[in-house]
Amino acid sequence: MTKLFPNVDWNIMLTATKETLYMTIISIIATFVLGLILGLLLFLTGKDGLLENKLSNTFLAAFINIFRSIPFMILIILLIPFTTIIVGSMLGSNAALPALIVGAAPFFARMVEIGLREIDKGVIEAAKAMGASTITIILKVLIPEALPAILSGITVTTIAIVGYTAMAGVIGGGGLGNLAYMEGYQRGNNDVTFVATVIILIIVFVIQIFGDIFTRKIDKRG
Amino acid sequence: MIEIQQVSKTYNGKNGQVHAVKNVSLTVRKGEIFGMIGYSGAGKSTLLRMLNGLETPTDGEILIDGVSISKSKASQLRKERQKIGMIFQHFNLLWSRTVLENILFPLEIAGVPKKQRVERAKELVRLVGLEGRESAYPSELSGGQKQRVGIARALANKPKVLLCDEATSALDPETTDSILSLLTEINRELGITIVLITHEMHVIQKICQRVAVMENGEVVELGEVLEVFTNPKQDITKKFVKQVKGTEDLFITELTHDTSSNGNTKKLTFTQSHVQQPHISEAVKLFDIEINILNGKIVQTSEGSYGTLLVQMIGKTENVENAVSYLQTQQVEVEVV
Repeated sequence: MTKLFPNVDWNIMLTATKETLYMTIISIIATFVLGLILGLLLFLTGKDGLLENKLSNTFLAAFINIFRSIPFMILIILLIPFTTIIVGSMLGSNAALPALIVGAAPFFARMVEIGLREIDKGVIEAAKAMGASTITIILKVLIPEALPAILSGITVTTIAIVGYTAMAGVIGGGGLGNLAYMEGYQRGNNDVTFVATVIILIIVFVIQIFGDIFTRKIDKRG
Repeated sequence: MIEIQQVSKTYNGKNGQVHAVKNVSLTVRKGEIFGMIGYSGAGKSTLLRMLNGLETPTDGEILIDGVSISKSKASQLRKERQKIGMIFQHFNLLWSRTVLENILFPLEIAGVPKKQRVERAKELVRLVGLEGRESAYPSELSGGQKQRVGIARALANKPKVLLCDEATSALDPETTDSILSLLTEINRELGITIVLITHEMHVIQKICQRVAVMENGEVVELGEVLEVFTNPKQDITKKFVKQVKGTEDLFITELTHDTSSNGNTKKLTFTQSHVQQPHISEAVKLFDIEINILNGKIVQTSEGSYGTLLVQMIGKTENVENAVSYLQTQQVEVEVV
């Protein structure tokens, strides 16, 4: 191993991997909650929605579109003052979290909304005809019926977040991206960059495989 | 039971106002199967959906058992809806739930305790004949089975009324008949009032006691199914009746041309009980004539049967005339064609 990758310090590599996983897991949890709420609101306030409200819908859609469109690198820079207030620092894994969440949640929210829009309107109407309240419809109809779409959405979003963590690493966010940039690129140690890349790829593949398995298992549409 | 009082519904469409339902008033009696028939866009679907508040009338009022549906507050309306079952053309089952779980859903909404919920759902599975399919998902069921789940689900909270929105329109004729028999059974055994809408006269004929014919948002004809069948007044009603009688009228014209020479072709219309009695052979025995049956059709409705026979009467003019008046005394309508 040392002959193949002379410049790789495996302890540092392990720490960097842990940092990447840490950033990914924390931000995906927050993204899931935030994105699900935003996606639901976007759907519910939309045309013929259960809580139809044109003003809120336009505002929400604009908010989501703006944050979804800002390139992630620029978003990190724009959020520096905000991050410094919340986290107290702009370096390290925690400092990457606000940008990761703000960048990924709107992306996921759109996917949730698309998934919800695929639900047959008739099913929602049937629930209404049975006397279901809006909250019952959300919890017992909308979320379960859109679950495969939500799950595949979260898989795609998680993979995007892994990519974002690498970018966040470049400006001091920690993790494999940071290691590949600082130790690999800056010092010309291509073996470090290579190993970091392989680990990132493994993480992505594992997420994709598990995401697909769960999605398939839960999808009963036949 | 259900009172629809001067109800109108107007939408603001892209091309101005659309009058989906215009000043409809009618009463559905307790325990009957009431049909509304019309082509798409006739307003029947809007009218049906106003019965459980999925649509609110622009004008007028809807009362079920004296409770105003159209003027209920949201929370009260939800309570009322639990007592009004509804089934749909496309079944509208939750695909993420099994058969049993789908039937449990309305019981969950009504807040029935878990143990009773499961018991009731199992009872309903038996009622609609789906034993053994409890843990199947809707995607594994045929159309007829899906509609059975829909029916079980609609009956879960023991409703007073069952609304059927084109419930058999997505099914093949055989499955349609089995679903219609199930609905009749439910109506008889549980005493549930059924209101159904359809564009197929066959459905009306098979299970309804009374029918309202709708056209352009208005009820143009209303009455007992048998009465409407034997004596349709509006053109649209005649068209619907023809759906069931098939192309009979076409045959009549063809046959009349062939046999017009003797002028003795008659159309006999039988209603209800008379169908079973042997009037024709009586006429032949009594009046020394020959009767040649050219065409005929007997239609079974839920209230009895009626039918028409196209016959050629051959014999002395006097005898033929006597035979005709004999048939008329037996309440068979005779028409010269």
